[in-house]
Amino acid sequence: MEFFIISLLNGISFGLLLFMLSSGLTLIFSMMGVLNFAHASFYMVGAYMGFAVSQIVGFWAALLLVPLLVGLLGALFEKYSLRKVHKYGHVPELMVTFGLSYIILELVQLIWGRIAVEFRPPELLQGSAFTLLSQPDGSLGFAWGRAALEQCQPLGPAICSLFPATRAFIMGVALLMLVSLWLLITRTRVGLVIQAALKHPEMVEALGHNVPRVFMLVFGAGTGLAGLAGVMGGSTFVTEPAMALTLGAIVFVVVVVGGLGSLAGAFLASLLIGVMQTFAVAIDQSLGSMLLAMGVALSAEAQAHELMRFTLSKAAPLLPFLLLVLVLIFRPHGLLGNRDH
Amino acid sequence: MTATKYYQFRPINVGRWFIWSLFALVLLLAPLVFDSSIAISMMAQMGIAIIACLSFNMLLGQGGMLSFGHAVYAGLGTYVAMHALLLLGDAGLPVPAVALIPLVGGLAGLFFALLFGYVTTKKAGTAFAMITLGVGELIFIASMVFFIFFGGEAGVSADRVIGEPFWGISFGPLIEVYYLIAVYTFLCVALMFAYTRTPLGRIINAVRDNPERVEFIGYDPQTVRYLVFMIAGFFAGIAGGMAAVLFEIVTSEVVGPIRSGSYLLFAFLGGVTFFFGPIIGGILMVLAFVMFSEITKAWMLYLGLIFVFMVMYAPGGIAGLIMMNLRLAMFGRLGELWASYLGLGATALALLVSLGALIEMIYHLQLGTAMGDVVPFLGMSLNTLDLDVWFGAVFVALTSFGLFELCRRSFSQQWAAIQTDIEKEIKRRETA
Amino acid sequence: MKLTRRELTAAALLTSALPAVPAWAQRGETVRIALIDPQSGLMGPVGINQLRSFQFFAEKFSGAGNPAGVRFEIEGFDNKLSASETLTAMQAAIGRGIRFISQGNSSGIAGAIIEAVNRHNSRNPGQEVVFLNHSAVDPDLTNSRCSFWHFRFDADTSMKMEALTTFIRGEPTIRRVFLINQNYAHGHQVARFAKEMLARKRPDIQIVGEDLHPLAQVRDFAPYVAKIMASGADSVITGNWGSDLTLLIRAANDAGYRGRFFTYYAGVTGTPTALGTASEGRVYQIAYNHYNMGGQMQTWMNEFRQRFNDDFYTGSIIHILNALGVAMQNARSTNAVRVAHAMSGLRFNSFSGPVEMRRADHQLQQPLFLTRWQRVDAQHPYSPENTGMTLALVRRFDAYVASTPTSCAMQRPAAPV
Repeated sequence: MEFFIISLLNGISFGLLLFMLSSGLTLIFSMMGVLNFAHASFYMVGAYMGFAVSQIVGFWAALLLVPLLVGLLGALFEKYSLRKVHKYGHVPELMVTFGLSYIILELVQLIWGRIAVEFRPPELLQGSAFTLLSQPDGSLGFAWGRAALEQCQPLGPAICSLFPATRAFIMGVALLMLVSLWLLITRTRVGLVIQAALKHPEMVEALGHNVPRVFMLVFGAGTGLAGLAGVMGGSTFVTEPAMALTLGAIVFVVVVVGGLGSLAGAFLASLLIGVMQTFAVAIDQSLGSMLLAMGVALSAEAQAHELMRFTLSKAAPLLPFLLLVLVLIFRPHGLLGNRDH
Repeated sequence: MTATKYYQFRPINVGRWFIWSLFALVLLLAPLVFDSSIAISMMAQMGIAIIACLSFNMLLGQGGMLSFGHAVYAGLGTYVAMHALLLLGDAGLPVPAVALIPLVGGLAGLFFALLFGYVTTKKAGTAFAMITLGVGELIFIASMVFFIFFGGEAGVSADRVIGEPFWGISFGPLIEVYYLIAVYTFLCVALMFAYTRTPLGRIINAVRDNPERVEFIGYDPQTVRYLVFMIAGFFAGIAGGMAAVLFEIVTSEVVGPIRSGSYLLFAFLGGVTFFFGPIIGGILMVLAFVMFSEITKAWMLYLGLIFVFMVMYAPGGIAGLIMMNLRLAMFGRLGELWASYLGLGATALALLVSLGALIEMIYHLQLGTAMGDVVPFLGMSLNTLDLDVWFGAVFVALTSFGLFELCRRSFSQQWAAIQTDIEKEIKRRETA
Repeated sequence: MKLTRRELTAAALLTSALPAVPAWAQRGETVRIALIDPQSGLMGPVGINQLRSFQFFAEKFSGAGNPAGVRFEIEGFDNKLSASETLTAMQAAIGRGIRFISQGNSSGIAGAIIEAVNRHNSRNPGQEVVFLNHSAVDPDLTNSRCSFWHFRFDADTSMKMEALTTFIRGEPTIRRVFLINQNYAHGHQVARFAKEMLARKRPDIQIVGEDLHPLAQVRDFAPYVAKIMASGADSVITGNWGSDLTLLIRAANDAGYRGRFFTYYAGVTGTPTALGTASEGRVYQIAYNHYNMGGQMQTWMNEFRQRFNDDFYTGSIIHILNALGVAMQNARSTNAVRVAHAMSGLRFNSFSGPVEMRRADHQLQQPLFLTRWQRVDAQHPYSPENTGMTLALVRRFDAYVASTPTSCAMQRPAAPV
C-alpha cells in the first residue's frame, strides 16, 4: 500500500515539474505562436545558474534570483533575435530557437564542463517530508519528517518509506505557481492586455499598448518559469549537459498531447505522463505473462521470444511517445486543445 | 503576355546538359584527384548526405514541412537494408545483388513513411514539426529497447562481400563502393530534380504557400503532403541503404534526434529555397563531422552560431547568397559592390579570427590544461596564461566588430539601392 | 699491434653480433597508438580522462621505460560514441600509418571494431592492425566474437561477477538480492552471470527482483527504488555506470534504502562526487585496480592527480603499454602481425603482479579487487574528486579465482617467419 502511495506522489511530483516546464512553453506558444525549441535549454540554464548563484548567496536567494536572470536572458533573446525572424513566419522562428538550443548547450558545457555538477538542495530540504511506516500487522503509520530509526528496519519492525522533501517542495511550488499564473492572467490588467494581444494584436497596438514589449515580457516570463523549474529540478535530480535533451522531448509531448495552447491541457497531460511513467516501471507484466494469465497456452519457445518477454517496465520510456501517437490518431487537437490550432 | 525573362536554348537545353554532364564528370573523376582512402570514404559519405538532405528539402523547402524526425526514414532504411544484406549473404546470391541493397532501403523508407506519414501529415506547420519530433523519439527509444530487429547497443552488422568477385567487382574495396554510391547519387539527384518538374512537385509548392487556395482548385493539401512525405521517405531510405553498404554496421544513432537535427541544420545552411542548396549542405555536413571536429573542439558552437545568424540574416542559405549575387551579376551590378565586400570580408575575418582565438582559449582552459598552456591556432601559438593575448584578442574583436557594423550599414544601403534599381529594370523589361 | 686472445675473442664476438643489430632495430622506433573513444557528449569526460591517462603513461613507458626501447605516441580520435564515426576514424588512423588501435567505451563499438579489423586485415595483407581493448567488458568479445587481432586488457563481466559472487558466498547476511541494470548487452550480461553464478555458489540466495531500464534515459529512479524496497532486498547488484549509477544511488539514499550496492563502476569520473558521505560503507566496487594500491602505482596516481586535477582509474592502459613493450622485445619488431603473435599467450608483470594474456581467447587473466566506499584513513589516503572518501580494499582475488572458461574458437593466421 505504501508503495502505491509513494509511487503516486512520485508520479505527481514529476508530473508537476513537467508542468512547470510545459506551462512556460504553452504560455509562449499561445501568446506568440512560437514553439520555443530551446525551452528545455533554458531549464538547463536555470539549473546551472542556480548551482552557481546558490554557491554565492545560498539556495533560497537563488530560487528568487535565477528565474529573473533566466527570464531576462529570454527577453533579450526575443528582442534581438526572435523578433528579427518574426516576419519570415513560424518555421524560421522554430529554427532559430532550434539553433539557440545548440548554442546554449555548448556555452553551458564551456562554462561548467561536461560532467554533472553537484547541485545539492539546501539543508532544510535534504531530509524527508514524511515517512510511511508499514507495520508487520498490515497497518500503515505516518510520521512527519524522518521517523525514528529504531522503528525502521533493520532495527525495528516496520518497513519505512521516505518521501523526499525536495519532491514535496516541487509539488508545492508548482501548485503555487499555477494558481498565481491563473490569477495573473484572468484577474489583473496586465493579464487582460496579454489575453487581448493574443487574439487581436493590431487592435491592442492601436489602443496604445506596446505589443512587442508585451511579447518580450511574455517570452521572458515563460523562460523565467523554465528557469525556476530548472533550479528545482537540477537540485532534486541531476544537473548535467544532457538534461535538456532528455526532458525536452517529453515536454513537447506534454504540450502536444494537452493541446497546443491550452494551459489546462498541459496540466492534465503532464500529470498523466508523470504518473504513467512512474507506475509503468512497477509493472513487470509482459505480453506473455498476460496471455498465460488469460489461459492462452504458449510453447516454451514462444514464451522465451523477445516480444512475449517484453515487460511494461521496459516499455516505460516509450509510453509518452506512444501516447502522443495515439492522441494524434484519435484526437488530433490534443486533450483540451482548440480546434483551430 | 510577358516576354520570357530568362535564357533558354532551343531545341537542346545546352545549359542543362552542361551542368548535369559537369556533375557526372565530377562524380567520376573526384577519386582520381583525391585518392587517399579517407578522402574517398568522405566522398562516399557526401553522396549519402546529399541524397538525405535533398530528400529532407522535399519536405522543408518545397513543402514547407519542418521535420525534426527525418533521420527515422533514412535510419530505418539502413536497418532494413542491413538485414537484407545479412539474408543475401546467407542465401549465397551473386555479388551484383549488393548493388540493389540501396533500393531495398528505399522501399523500407517508403513503407515506414506510408505507415507514419498518415498520422504525421494530418497537421501542418508547428504541429507537424512536433509530431515528427515525437515519432522520431519513439523510434529512437524503440531502437534501444527492441533487440531482435535493432540489435541493441551493438547494432546490426553485415559483410558487403557476399561472394566471389563478379567481373572483378566484389564491393570489398572502398573505391568500388564509392562508384556504386556515385551512380545512385547521380540517378537520385536527377530523379528528384525531375520530380520538381512534375505536377505533384508543383502542387506541393502551392500547398506550402497557400493551402487554402489549393483546396479551392480541387486538391486536398493533406493528401498532397502525404504523397510527398512518402516520396521523401523513399529517397531517404535509399540514402540509408547506401550507408548500410558503406559502413557495414548500423547502430541506433542513425534514427536519433541528433542525426535529424543535423539534416535540418545542414540542409538549411546549404539553402532550402533552391534545389541545389541541400547538395552544398550535404557536402558541408560530411566536412563538418569528419574534419572540423578534428580541427577544433568548439565546432558545435560555431555551427550553432552560424545557423542562427543564417536564419536571421540569410534565410536562403549559401545557395540563396550565391543566387542573389548571381542575379546582380546578370544585371551587371555586381562589380560595384567589390569595395563593400572587401571591407565586409576583411572586418568579418578579423572579427572571426579574434572571436575564434577567444573561444579556443576558453575551450582549452576548460578541457585541456594538462596538455600545456599553449593553444595552436591558425599557425600561431597562443599562451592562455598570457594576459596580453587575452587583451589583444578582446581588443581586436571589439574594434573589428565596430568596423564591421560600419561596413555593414554602408553595404546595406548600397545593396538596397541596387535592388531597387534591379526591380525597376525588371519592370522596364516586362513592359518593353 | 698484436691482439691478445682475449681481444680477438671480443672482436670475434662483436663482429658476429653485428647481424643481430638490425633485429633490435625497433629500439628508438616510434609506435603510434590510435585511441578512438568519445571526447564529447555523454561519455566525453571519461574519454578525455582516458586520453590523458594514455598520454601520461605513454611518456612514462617510452624509451627506457619499456624493454623494447620504443617510443609510444598516442593520437586521440573522437568517435562521438558512434559506430560509423569509429570506422571513419579507423580509416583515418590507418591512412596515417597507425597499426595499433585502442578503444574501450562501449562494447557495441568494440564489436564493430573487431569486425572491421577482421575485414580490413583479410582484405589488406601487409597493412594489418591490432585492436587493444582497454575497457569493453562484454564477454562475447572473447567468446562468440573472439578474434586473433583483438586483445582485451580489462577483466570481462563474467570474471568480475565470478570474483564478486565468491565474496557474496562468504557473506551470510546476504539473502535477498535485487538486480537492476541498463537494458543493453552489458546490463544483460551482468544480470545473466549474476543469476548463474549465485545459483551455483549460494542456491539459498533469493533473487527478489530484476529490472532493466533504458540506457542513460532515466532521470527519476524513485520508482525503481520503490520497487527495490518493496521487494525487501538487502543487496543490489548493478552494472550501471555514469548518471544511471549516480542517480540510482542518490534516489536510494533519498528514499531511505539501507541495503548494500555491489557495483562495477563506482570509481569512474563523476560517480565519487555523487556518492558522497551518504553512501558510506554501503557501496562496493569490483575492479582490477583501486585507489590505494601503494608503491609505484600510488606515486603515479598522485602525479596524475597533481597534473590534471583528475583521477586515474583505467589501469588497463598500463597493462597495454607493458604488454606491448614485452611483446615488441620478444618479437624484436614493431610489426603488428609479429607483435600480435608475440602477445598471444604472453606472460608479463604489471602493476597488480604477474598477468597472462590467455592464448585461447586473448582475455588478460589478472587479479581482481573488491573495494568499499568509506572515509579516507591512514592506510587508504587517496580520495577521488576531493570527496574526502575513498574505495578501500576489502578482498583481493587471485587471477585463477576470477578466471572463467571460454568458448572461443579462434582462427589464427600463420605465424610470420
